[in-house]
Amino acid sequence: MTAADATVRSPEDEPADEPVSRPGTTGRGTAGRPTRTAPDLDRWRGRATDPEADRSRAEEATPEALARLRARSRALLRDLLRPHRHRLGAAVGLLLAQNAAAMSGPYLVMLGIDRAIGPLRAGDSGPLVAIAGAFAAAALTEYAARRGFLALSARIGQAILLELRQRVYGHFLRLSVGFHERYTSGRMISRLTSDLDSIAELVDGGVDSLVLAALSILSVAGILLWLDPPLAAVTLLAFPFLFWLSRWFARASAGAYRRTREAVALLIVHFVESLRGIRAVQAYRREPRNQRIFAAVNDDYRRTSLHAFRLIATYSPGIKVIGNVTVAVVLGYGGTRVLGGGMEVGVLAAFLLYLRRFFEPMQELSQFYNSLQSATAALEKLAGVLDERPAVAEPARPTPLPAGPGRGAVEFRSVSFGYRADGPVLTGLDLTVPAGQTVALVGPTGAGKSTVAKLLARFHDPDAGTVHLDGVDLRDLADAELRRAVVLVTQENHLFSGSVAENIRFGRPGADDAAVRAAARAIGAHDFISALPDGYDTQVRRRGGRLSAGQRQLVAFARAFLADPRVLVLDEATSSLDVPTERLVQRALATVLRDRTALVIAHRLSTVETADRVLVLDGGRIVEDGPPDRLAGADGRYAALHRQWRDSLH
Amino acid sequence: MPAESDGDPAHPADRARPLRNLWRFRPYLRPYAAQFCWLLAAALAGTGASLAVPLVVQRVVDGPIARHDPAGLVRLGGLALLLGLAEALLVFIRRWTQSSSSVGMEAAIRADVYAHLQRLPPGFHDRWQTGQLLSRVTNDLSVIRRFLSFGLLFLVLNLVTYAAVVVLLIRLHPALGALVAASAVPLFLISRRFGRYYHGASRRMQDQRGDVATLVEETAQGLRTMKAYGRGPELATRFGAGARALHDTGVAKGRLLARTSALFDLVPNLTLGVVLVAGATAAARGALTIGELVAFVSLQLMLTWPVQSLGWIIANGQEAATAADRIQEVLDIRPSIVDAPDAVALARPAVCGRLVFDRVSFHYPGAPTPVLREIDLTVEPGETLALVGATGTGKSTLLSLVPRLHEVTGGRITLDGHDLRELRLSSLRRLVGVAFEEPTLFSMSVWENLTLGRPDADEDDVRAALALAQADFVYKLPWGLATRVGEQGLTLSGGQRQRLALARAVLGRPALLVLDDPLSALDVHTEALVETALRRVLRDTTALLVVHRPSTVALADRVALLERGRITAIGTHSRLLADVPAYRAVLSAEPPTPSGAPTAPAAGPTTLHAGPATSGAGPATPYAGPTRPAAGPDERGLVLS
Ligand SMILES: Nc1ncnc2c1ncn2[C@@H]1O[C@H](COP(=O)(O)OP(=O)(O)OP(=O)(O)O)[C@@H](O)[C@H]1O
Ligand SMILES: Nc1ncnc2c1ncn2[C@@H]1O[C@H](COP(=O)(O)OP(=O)(O)OP(=O)(O)O)[C@@H](O)[C@H]1O
Ligand SMILES: [Mg+2]
Ligand SMILES: [Mg+2]
Repeated sequence: MTAADATVRSPEDEPADEPVSRPGTTGRGTAGRPTRTAPDLDRWRGRATDPEADRSRAEEATPEALARLRARSRALLRDLLRPHRHRLGAAVGLLLAQNAAAMSGPYLVMLGIDRAIGPLRAGDSGPLVAIAGAFAAAALTEYAARRGFLALSARIGQAILLELRQRVYGHFLRLSVGFHERYTSGRMISRLTSDLDSIAELVDGGVDSLVLAALSILSVAGILLWLDPPLAAVTLLAFPFLFWLSRWFARASAGAYRRTREAVALLIVHFVESLRGIRAVQAYRREPRNQRIFAAVNDDYRRTSLHAFRLIATYSPGIKVIGNVTVAVVLGYGGTRVLGGGMEVGVLAAFLLYLRRFFEPMQELSQFYNSLQSATAALEKLAGVLDERPAVAEPARPTPLPAGPGRGAVEFRSVSFGYRADGPVLTGLDLTVPAGQTVALVGPTGAGKSTVAKLLARFHDPDAGTVHLDGVDLRDLADAELRRAVVLVTQENHLFSGSVAENIRFGRPGADDAAVRAAARAIGAHDFISALPDGYDTQVRRRGGRLSAGQRQLVAFARAFLADPRVLVLDEATSSLDVPTERLVQRALATVLRDRTALVIAHRLSTVETADRVLVLDGGRIVEDGPPDRLAGADGRYAALHRQWRDSLH
Repeated sequence: MPAESDGDPAHPADRARPLRNLWRFRPYLRPYAAQFCWLLAAALAGTGASLAVPLVVQRVVDGPIARHDPAGLVRLGGLALLLGLAEALLVFIRRWTQSSSSVGMEAAIRADVYAHLQRLPPGFHDRWQTGQLLSRVTNDLSVIRRFLSFGLLFLVLNLVTYAAVVVLLIRLHPALGALVAASAVPLFLISRRFGRYYHGASRRMQDQRGDVATLVEETAQGLRTMKAYGRGPELATRFGAGARALHDTGVAKGRLLARTSALFDLVPNLTLGVVLVAGATAAARGALTIGELVAFVSLQLMLTWPVQSLGWIIANGQEAATAADRIQEVLDIRPSIVDAPDAVALARPAVCGRLVFDRVSFHYPGAPTPVLREIDLTVEPGETLALVGATGTGKSTLLSLVPRLHEVTGGRITLDGHDLRELRLSSLRRLVGVAFEEPTLFSMSVWENLTLGRPDADEDDVRAALALAQADFVYKLPWGLATRVGEQGLTLSGGQRQRLALARAVLGRPALLVLDDPLSALDVHTEALVETALRRVLRDTTALLVVHRPSTVALADRVALLERGRITAIGTHSRLLADVPAYRAVLSAEPPTPSGAPTAPAAGPTTLHAGPATSGAGPATPYAGPTRPAAGPDERGLVLS
């Protein structure tokens, strides 16, 4: 433990209240500053308890894993393109039409000069008119085809992005709470924003250059072979070099772009988290250190991007070198052959002209290849996420809950569970709650009360044993059915930005305004909501920041009320309420939930006293079980707690 | 629920000068000015070389080869090779310098935006979604980077090429040249129209991108709630709507670009057609030789590419312009809570800790009614004052005024006679230890979380703070204090989080403790332990606590009752309990008598409407000590009666 302390200390942290630098100064200072060492970053972040933190399981660092991921991302790409193959065909057709029209333009001009001027001198304007007409037709075709192609390719690209974005988002929703705890929200955000943006870049530009370039390279290669096979063979000598250079670039840039993706994810993680906790950041004057950390991750991102950009800055001129050297070699070889009389000058001239056209599109191709590499790195990350199997999966063949009113029996059968392999939180927990019973769960902090609640809401699956609802293992229940039956009001409630009514309606999306109001009224939230400037339509803002802590809890409570489940699990749901309001909530609980099963976790024993039964949890086991008054009378843990609580009341 | 957008200046887009905000980034280019000159020179030279290579090759074919001159072949062939290598080298130099300057500039702007965001008060962050801010520092900045590294350069290069070619054309044949030059008019009109439309679309797209980022961020944060209610499908629908809006804008933008790009193709082609007809007619009349016409047309063909690429460049420029607008919008918001010009710093030893609220009023911006009204309150050095009141009466708001997370809108708060606004922010916040009602933890090591405000704290300080908050459990975490806490501390139990936050607040013995319901998530037993330990600290620290539970009130020397934004009673717990019905209603543990629903305004002899007289009523000396147990039964009796 002391060793651990030593590792976290960062000696260079001066206590001084370093003023945050003014705009226009920090950045340039940091950009030039030598990059800070990785160890400090590691120390700041601390050691993750899960070695798999920070990445999806598919993203191991081994070469085989990388190859697998690449293959998977290619498969994903194919999968995304498949529904669009007809439209893609149409787009290529339009592109060819445009290209043909564009090629014919200069040809028609030459034709006009060669063939139309003579007759015109003779007073015959027919050929000129015909050629002008053909030219206009070609120009209009080019216009229409180009417009059509660009619009169509934008449509295809956007459709692919939309599909990918929704697919990844949907998958994130399916993944378990455990995964998200490991992966962090910043990384999820980075996948769905920054990574998708870099795929969008490929989609926005590029594809037409790929097709056109490939087209002209192929056609020119054909012409070259037709013009002079020996010279064409010399040209082909360039290919091994091109291949070698491209392979180098492919390898180097794949790694480089992968690193940029990781760097930008870290940047986003830090950015999002520190702004989310801005109150603490400012109250604790954390700004200078945050700025330094940000500068470090920012600089990391800068360096990785720079590295990637420099690769393409090398690759693209490299191709140019190969092209220009080939031109020179062909010139030398062809020249000597012409001198030797083995070849016509005209052929050489034509060959050289076409050769230039052969290498020019290679530049565009290299640009495209670069965007592709960047997009592939992003796609790999997304494929890694999509590859992640939800740890808490929906059953393939769900069992329905037995029908009938008044159900909601809960049973834990020798349940063991731990968040980490080495630290069990619950061991062999047995618990049977008959339908309709209100059970209070008490115990010291960290005893595992919330864990029990989370298991019942199936945020996690037990390591051993089973949890049943009305005799059905939770693992056999369809998610929608489970959620209709069991609702957990978590210790850390969350309001979404939107109006108060929308937040309450989150409990039952179909509910009408009257139902929303009734739920609010039942728990005593109606008065304060009506007093808000726009009543139920008041925007609660980011995370409900417009409301006070107690008001947020009331809204979360109203939401649970509206959901009206068979089993209601309340984890410290009234901890921030004042006493009268809490009592009001309890009264509502007692009436509305009389025939519902309820598991209530509370430290305030006033809440507990109204329960039918009290469980005392300690060290992952239930150590006492019975009605509150009987336990209070006995000589056990609860009695001691109860006494202490009574004493503390005054 | 659509993500509430910026809240503030929705679109202050300066239509008259759309590039103004982009132009304002020029200081960031200044360090790279020399590089930029190099870059431009390399780009121009590279273009020159690329034009020269085919000319030389042509010369070789026409000259030495045609004349059977091997030496000439070697000479000119060598020149062609050299030029080719030079061209590649110039491209390399251009791209290499370009990459370092553009990413350097991007990183510099990003760091400055972040610094600025950290200076903006919580009020700003309540209104602006993190997703919107995030998309500004990532996507928008990279758009600007791309424009500065490619778009701008090609704009310059293409305009130069265009002008040069047109001048050559005019010199070749004034009339036809003028015709080609005139084609710039429709090009200009198209560009202007396109720019205008595209400006709007590009801004919309960037805003929508921010909205999507916001949705994702919210989903990540509300994930447990989403899971608990099984609202995945609803959230997916909501996200789908956002993503589809983005898609639609993308398609519309694509269509706009398609139309314009095609027009940029059409105009030069039509010009070419007109030149062809006019030139052929002129040639037929003998006003022009055929050779001249061929030369003219070949030269004119060189215009195709620069014009064609104009569409992309303008689009890129517009995107950069709107991205710049979005970033400058944030940078233009001046932090409202800053150091006064002559602010002083107070040293910890020099602080006694007398905190006085002097007719303090506060209302949230945009709210119709004030939350706090003319609060008069004095906390003597070393005294602990508890703040009690119903949900939503403004207790947390009052506390947030002390470390100046919000600024009073009326009256003043003084610490040892200094108006808080005359103190350096950093100095003030160093003196104040805060625990919020929601323990705000970050996904970093326990140590960093604890020493958030005191990086200089040593091991003993930390150990003492942890012991006080009964948070020794951290030593049992897998890596001890080096263990990374999950995001928002969610890998800890509720009580563990709260104890860590408490330990953080008391670490390093701040002169002033501001604790918002600090024990709400603790079980009775732990609460008692923390209270015992805390009482020792509170004896010589001025403290302001928000309290909901009778049990925690025991920590306080005096209690103030906050009702509807006013302090309506101050006194010791037992006095208030005895004399103030409203107080009893808020705090008593027992169900009130049936009538007691609405809390009546307090009245009675001991109800003190604050003011200087208060210090007399509440003993500044530690009170919680010996008298408390004796008072117990009496109070119970009072409450129950
Ligand atoms: N997501 C998690 N990952 C790892 N460990 C966790 C996680 N959640 C809780 N723990 C650990 O499991 C133990 C039990 O936590 P739990 O939240 O169930 O406690 P609790 O009884 O609800 O306590 P409290 O009353 O403080 O809320 C604690 O030691 C906690 O640190
Ligand atoms: N950012 C805001 N903008 C406008 N009004 C706000 C804002 N934050 C809080 N309020 C309102 O101000 C009032 C006081 O809020 P505050 O958080 O100070 O209450 P509180 O006394 O701490 O309540 P609780 O006991 O529930 O924590 C509430 O009615 C709340 O709705
Ligand atoms: Mg808990
Ligand atoms: Mg509060």
